[in-house]
Amino acid sequence: MTRYGWARLVIVVAAALALEILCRANVIHRLILIPPSEMLASAWQILVSGEMKADLYFSLVNIAFAIVLSVAGGFLTGLAIYSVPLLRDSVEPFLATYSAVPPIVFYPMLIVIFGLNRVPQIIIAVMFGLVPMAMNTINGLRRIRPVFLKVGRTHRISVFHSVFRIQLPAAAPYLFVGVTLAVSYSVIGVISTEFILSASGVGHQISFAYDNFDNRTMYGLVVLLLGIATLLNATLRYYSQRMLQRWAR
Amino acid sequence: MPDAKRAVHARVEGVTRIFPGRGGLPPVNALGPIDLDLYKGEFLSIVGPSGCGKSTFLELLAGLAEPTAGTIEFEARAVRGQVPEGVGVVFQEDSSFPWLTVWDNVSFGLESEGVNHAEIKRRVDFAVGFMGLGDFAKSYPAQLSGGMRQRVCIARTLVLQPRMILLDEPFASLDQQTRLLMGDELLRLWRETGATILLITHALDEAAMLSDRVAAMSARPGRLLEIIPTGWPADRDSRIVEDAQFGAVTARLWTILRGESMKAIGRTDLRRPA
Repeated sequence: MTRYGWARLVIVVAAALALEILCRANVIHRLILIPPSEMLASAWQILVSGEMKADLYFSLVNIAFAIVLSVAGGFLTGLAIYSVPLLRDSVEPFLATYSAVPPIVFYPMLIVIFGLNRVPQIIIAVMFGLVPMAMNTINGLRRIRPVFLKVGRTHRISVFHSVFRIQLPAAAPYLFVGVTLAVSYSVIGVISTEFILSASGVGHQISFAYDNFDNRTMYGLVVLLLGIATLLNATLRYYSQRMLQRWAR
Repeated sequence: MPDAKRAVHARVEGVTRIFPGRGGLPPVNALGPIDLDLYKGEFLSIVGPSGCGKSTFLELLAGLAEPTAGTIEFEARAVRGQVPEGVGVVFQEDSSFPWLTVWDNVSFGLESEGVNHAEIKRRVDFAVGFMGLGDFAKSYPAQLSGGMRQRVCIARTLVLQPRMILLDEPFASLDQQTRLLMGDELLRLWRETGATILLITHALDEAAMLSDRVAAMSARPGRLLEIIPTGWPADRDSRIVEDAQFGAVTARLWTILRGESMKAIGRTDLRRPA
């Protein structure tokens, strides 16, 4: 582990210890926060008991669908917008201002249309994740150094080879940023819709525990969710760092 | 004046390039008309003031752009908007692909052409060794110096076994000592491959040191003012700078280009304030 990794670990452990002491000493009331050790124990119990297996499975499937649709849809949307100058000039300003729109406001309308099931939740999550992916795809393709494309032409390579052997690798740092954002926003979209209104899912169970003052379950689920999100992000970060190091070593 | 005894490898006749005006601006007459014969196996350099159209000329000759008027032929076939087989180009900017190792960069064109693996390995190993990159075959461009990255680009062109190599100020970003040594490398490559070389450069000494002939280009719109034969032997290297004739060639080039360079920066007399 690097010294930055050690520093991060020390900060997290120190914060958890401080919280543990404050909770155990009743400086923070148990109705507000439970000690981190109890949160971890609760998360472990939820995981091994299988009591919320169906909810976890429901949320993970939703997240997986949202990630795939956001990444693939965002990439194809970005590619299409970049490839057609008319689209690029007319649609791009909309995309740039889209980040100010909270897609969650469309959730009630989508429930009316599709019912209270996973479809509106995935649609909202995709609405969160697709645009950052599309924007980063456009940015990545736009920032390809023209000399790389000239090299392709001097080597008389086909359009197919130009796309897959020059343009996509050259845009890869931006594409990775887009994927990272799409993954994060997909998780946020799914969990927040489940939290607001849903019949199942981790978000729904967190909301249910909150309404019933069941802090142990609520924080256990929060820790579990943090673990899943961190694992996803760390995996992406590992691969993107490896690639960027190669570029700028 | 055309040399009837030598085989013409590439012929440029009446070529002009006018960039259309945009946003209400008038069209830009960037180049020409230019007439030039490139002889098979010769090393010709083009020098001229900044913005005179040297790189534009190279792009037209390479088939990367189309002339507004005139014709370009390579090996008696018309060149128009497509890079002909047998032509290799090395650009001024570092164009090595940062996501590929040195070896993979060099093999790039061959893999796209569908050459078999044994032949790819043979050609790439030779080119990497020839350019002195053998110890860095598995390195990424970011781990190399600017000069080494430019050698990767030359090796990538070399493996295609081009019969004509076009170089657009390939050493512009390098320090003077490295440039002299890279010049030696280039001469070695020229002698061993027998390729015709056209070098675009703004450095008069570089052009005078490397070339069989040096063409001086006017300020925009670039036209060829004079083509000076250097008379160097083929087995020359950078030590030619010690030769008295080297000074004479460089001085002649500067005499032709001094006025053009002043035009390029919008001045007629440097003794007066602008």
